[in-house]
Amino acid sequence: MSLSRAFFAIIRRDLVLALRRRSEVANPLLFFVLVITLFPLGIGAQPKLLQAIAPGIIWVSALLAAMLSLDSLFRSDFDDGSLEQILLSPHPASVLILGKIIAHWLVTGLPLLIVAPLLAVFLGMPTHSLGILLLTLLLGTPVLSLIGAIGVALTVGLRRGGMILSLLVLPLYVPVLIFASNAVEMASSGLPVSAQINILISILFMALVLAPWPTAAALKMSIN
Amino acid sequence: MFLVPDPVVRFFHRMASPPHFYRFTERLMPWLVVIFLLLTATGLYGGLYLAPADYQQGDSYRIIYIHVPSAWMSLFIYVVMAIAGAIGLVWRIKLAEIVAISSAPIGASFTFIALFTGSLWGKPMWGTWWVWDARLTSELILLFLYLGVIGLYGAIDDKRVASKAVAILALVGVVNIPIIHYSVEWWNTLHQGPTVTKMDKPSIHVTMLIPLLLMALSFNVYYLIALILRVRVELLQRERNTQWVKYRILENRQ
Repeated sequence: MSLSRAFFAIIRRDLVLALRRRSEVANPLLFFVLVITLFPLGIGAQPKLLQAIAPGIIWVSALLAAMLSLDSLFRSDFDDGSLEQILLSPHPASVLILGKIIAHWLVTGLPLLIVAPLLAVFLGMPTHSLGILLLTLLLGTPVLSLIGAIGVALTVGLRRGGMILSLLVLPLYVPVLIFASNAVEMASSGLPVSAQINILISILFMALVLAPWPTAAALKMSIN
Repeated sequence: MFLVPDPVVRFFHRMASPPHFYRFTERLMPWLVVIFLLLTATGLYGGLYLAPADYQQGDSYRIIYIHVPSAWMSLFIYVVMAIAGAIGLVWRIKLAEIVAISSAPIGASFTFIALFTGSLWGKPMWGTWWVWDARLTSELILLFLYLGVIGLYGAIDDKRVASKAVAILALVGVVNIPIIHYSVEWWNTLHQGPTVTKMDKPSIHVTMLIPLLLMALSFNVYYLIALILRVRVELLQRERNTQWVKYRILENRQ
């Protein structure tokens, strides 16, 4: 089997598995919506205030939703031993792992893009910034999956990896959060945002190239 | 490797052996303590007595003799940790792994000291304990990175595996440190205009600078001392079943 076929086979397999267990797809999405609805309840429903902090709310919620969904990335494969088979295959583990991360993002990250505009309207964000919000989510959520994969690969073998995972992953999410929410905020006030978008793009490509290696190395370590 | 003279290479090869390291550091330690005490005494004397008071901040600027060296050390130790971790990953040198994990608590303490002293200084100077300024925020995130390393090491039972995990995490973190630093800087400058953080520091006077550098050196030596102590304990724990440890302990008992 050639490398590209193995790569796409992994993506297909993970997508099929996710479709069979729809609750795993729905959970992060529901969490995302729930957290965002908590904010107006918690801080009061003044439209001005909500509008001002809407980009931050949406992005922090996306961050938390991405983090919560991470556990499903390697958990079942680790438990039933198929992860071991993937790592034992003659193809470079990092490429196959990248396939798993992409499938995971398609299942957990992409749905956020679909509901985010709706929630943004609920929070009173100006409509002209919705495009930028979607763009930052499109560029930023894959980075969250890629960086998160490193953290989850380090902790997948642990019994209580949940708390430690947040400590590992959230500090590394900071740059994405800063640039993305800043871009949306700038767009809301009608300022140019190409600088932030370009930096997000470069972070995405850096993560795409660099993140699969430590992930594969950490998985090999966790399997032992 | 070709540029390094042979005796130096041999020295490092021998240091990678735990019994040799243990013996060597035992002899090194008194010297390090003496150097540390001398540097700290002269540095503090120069900083607290000889250096003049700042014309704007009065005497409260003197906290920089603790604050600035700890901030430097917090970054330096992270880099040391990542390099030691990488060496441990690539060449499987046990001692490098131990150096990496033993550096983490020391680095975290220096980061905490830098944050704490900065906050103490900020209250009278800026009128607030904390601002979400670029420097402060990235230092806080650095503290979280250290805590992540310590937490991960504690969570994994097999210490050889844990060392590898820590090395990977430290290396990922080192890629992120410049990104975090600059992103936070950007975020801040884009976010709010000039605030209290604009210090407009005049280039520092020599009588203030020399004690600062002395303190920085003394902190480096302190790091070395603390590191060696931690590494020795960790070595004894990990090698407790080997002959040389048994021999050592029997020797001490007599």
